[in-house]
Amino acid sequence: MHFINELKTHIIEELNLEELTPDEMDIDLPLFGDEGLGLDSIDVLELILILEKYYGLKISTPKEGKQIFRSVRTIADYIAANQQQ
Amino acid sequence: MRIVVSGVGTVSAIGLNVAESLRALAGKKSGIEPLSLFESGHKGKLPVGEVKADNRMLAEMLAIHPGKTISRTALLGMSAAQEAYGDACLPDRKNEGLRIGFISGTSVGGMDLSEHFYADHLQSPAKGRLRQIISHDCGDSTEKIASRLGINDYITTVSTACSSGANAVIAGARLIKHGFLDCVIAGGTDALCRFTLNGFASLKIVDEYPCRPFDESRQGLNLGEGAGYIVLEKETNRYPQSYGYLLAGANICEAFHQTASSPEGNGALLSMQKALQTGNLQTKQIDYINLHGTGTPNNDMAEGNAIRRLFGATPPYLSSTKAYTGHTLGACGGIEAVFSLLAIKYGLVFPNLNFTTPIAGHGLIPETEYGENRRIKTVMSNSFGFGGNMSTLIFSAI
Amino acid sequence: MKETIYITGASSITPLLPQKPSPYTYTAQDIPPCTYTETIRSACKEPDYKAYITDPAARRRMSRVVKMGLTAALQCLSGAGEMPGAIITATGLGCLSDTEKFLRTLIENKEELLNPTPFIQSTFNTVGSQIAISTKNMAYNNTYVHRGVSFESALLDGMMMLAGGEAESVLVGSYEELTATSFDIQSRLGFFRKGGKAGEGAQFFLLSAKEKSPCILRDLAFAFQPTPDELLEKAADFLLKNKVQKADIEMLISGDGGNEEEFTFYDKIEKNFPETQVVKYKHLTGDYQTVSSFALWLGTQIMGKADSPKKILIYNHFRNINHTFILLESRFDK
Repeated sequence: MHFINELKTHIIEELNLEELTPDEMDIDLPLFGDEGLGLDSIDVLELILILEKYYGLKISTPKEGKQIFRSVRTIADYIAANQQQ
Repeated sequence: MRIVVSGVGTVSAIGLNVAESLRALAGKKSGIEPLSLFESGHKGKLPVGEVKADNRMLAEMLAIHPGKTISRTALLGMSAAQEAYGDACLPDRKNEGLRIGFISGTSVGGMDLSEHFYADHLQSPAKGRLRQIISHDCGDSTEKIASRLGINDYITTVSTACSSGANAVIAGARLIKHGFLDCVIAGGTDALCRFTLNGFASLKIVDEYPCRPFDESRQGLNLGEGAGYIVLEKETNRYPQSYGYLLAGANICEAFHQTASSPEGNGALLSMQKALQTGNLQTKQIDYINLHGTGTPNNDMAEGNAIRRLFGATPPYLSSTKAYTGHTLGACGGIEAVFSLLAIKYGLVFPNLNFTTPIAGHGLIPETEYGENRRIKTVMSNSFGFGGNMSTLIFSAI
Repeated sequence: MKETIYITGASSITPLLPQKPSPYTYTAQDIPPCTYTETIRSACKEPDYKAYITDPAARRRMSRVVKMGLTAALQCLSGAGEMPGAIITATGLGCLSDTEKFLRTLIENKEELLNPTPFIQSTFNTVGSQIAISTKNMAYNNTYVHRGVSFESALLDGMMMLAGGEAESVLVGSYEELTATSFDIQSRLGFFRKGGKAGEGAQFFLLSAKEKSPCILRDLAFAFQPTPDELLEKAADFLLKNKVQKADIEMLISGDGGNEEEFTFYDKIEKNFPETQVVKYKHLTGDYQTVSSFALWLGTQIMGKADSPKKILIYNHFRNINHTFILLESRFDK
């Protein structure tokens, strides 16, 4: 759980979502689209940076990121799967 | 009242003046090469459109003392503006009593020097050479260029990112139309620097290979640098030669997103429509479009879709010249205005280098060969910028 | 300008928080007298931006100056009926804090792992674009960035658009932020060696050729690097062009901010209008490239009453180089 909270904190900080707390951030909430957080193409770039900066994972194109960045859970899954390798 | 263009001047990766640029355009010789101009992690790797002269050489060409600290943005601007000013024979026309203005577009002004200052300043607030920061603001290059040409009736600077140069031209025309000035030198200048290079890299829209505008395989833009200015005059002035009329200019804001264009190209469409409307023109009258065509997935999709929506199945000749020059940001509106006027004056269509496969979706096929003796009467030039600032200029033969 | 152009809306975010919410109620007496204090910087008294920029998603990326500029624009537009036919902004140094933030990361991280957001927000047209996005206005949108004439260039562009029928109303405004770095640099350059102080602020105006208001924006003039005598000549030509006698100017809003090195020109102009009441304001706002927009704001607030000055002349120069005049006329209907 600590890992998820840390990830949420990074997302909140790097994406300037200052009016949100990690607890309020539902792990399955869609990050993109009107039903979710409504993030945009700039946020995709910031999310790519989070993976690189804090988890040492490189994503080369924003396109590739689309699947990974659906929700906090999908990001966490991606990190877990790729860091163990 | 109609506005005549009586002089042009440009400097970019493909030439230090108009004649050199024309030769490169005709010879399909791109100016894109690996970065060499300044120290950077991208040096020797990332392809860019550098002007093939360092600051010392530029200063020498302009007969400026090499010890003087002048931003590259100002040096490039001086070079191109001086060519345009001379081309219109303005140095010999002092007795005409013209009220002359200078309006320059730039996206980062003297940042090429500021970034040196700031690196030192970060170590301690007392550090950093002040002469490297006093030219930071966008007005500095404009004033230095104007002073060199002896222009003081009206001097100002426009900054709307990548449409700055085009918007300077539109603003210049308005000043003449309203009788505020008789003649305006307008366009833009921008130098390559670490700030913009890394800025665009952080957006992941810089191609590691030579850019491929309007091609299905495009991955992004190559940054460039340079300057381009045109001399706008009242039709009743006694100008010695002309390139064409500035028939119309449109400036709109897509109001969609800070960096992205709407994929269907609503802003680009509105910009082109408004220019046609202002110039009282039909789509069939446009012979050639000098595309914004940066080579980014987003721009070329949006611009192409807008062209399809406006021109239908039979668009005019199309090409982006950015595979030659790179994307020169605040200067491209000026540089491409110069290219558009050369197309009219000499009946040319410039090739869109590095194109092989049309973009699935709009399927537009730009010109890939250098075309001579074409009937080019009316040319449209697009410049689209961050913040949705989108502009279209239309020039026509006299 | 041949056409009559009215200022139908005005807003200001400035170190001097406007005390009176209703317009056209100021008099010269409301302006605190010029007292030069020890502080040499003025910071804006800022409103609660959340009340104006209500969407947190839109607000989250905005730096202080973007919020300031956008809020001033929205304040100015509140109550306006139609959408302006142009949005024209002006700034000397633009979005400085984001520019610095990106530069700092670039240098410290050695060009690696750079956040794109401050780069995107550093461009000079950020505020103009954000006004367009938040009001869904696709009209003409331009940004002028030329030292002490940035604001007047924007004003001139807007006035010409109205005069030429390109728009029925235009939004024109300026914004400037003072950061620690820019203050340090200005100090090192010795700008306050002989008085004056650094400042910041955002002012916006709605201009209309159709809708009337008590304040007419008559004309403006520019001079680049004039000698004091050339400046006086410029002032005389400007009055002549607008068929105004010296004695008709009842109030002069002078940009003198107590900086001895910039005093010569102000002194020339002030002495040129011996009968005229002189009002100064830079002791409140500090000096910055687009500060003359505050002078215009002040002018609009003083206009419109029975005893308002009929004609106000605004004169300002930036570092002795860029000089500007703005002529205002009061229109008072009983």
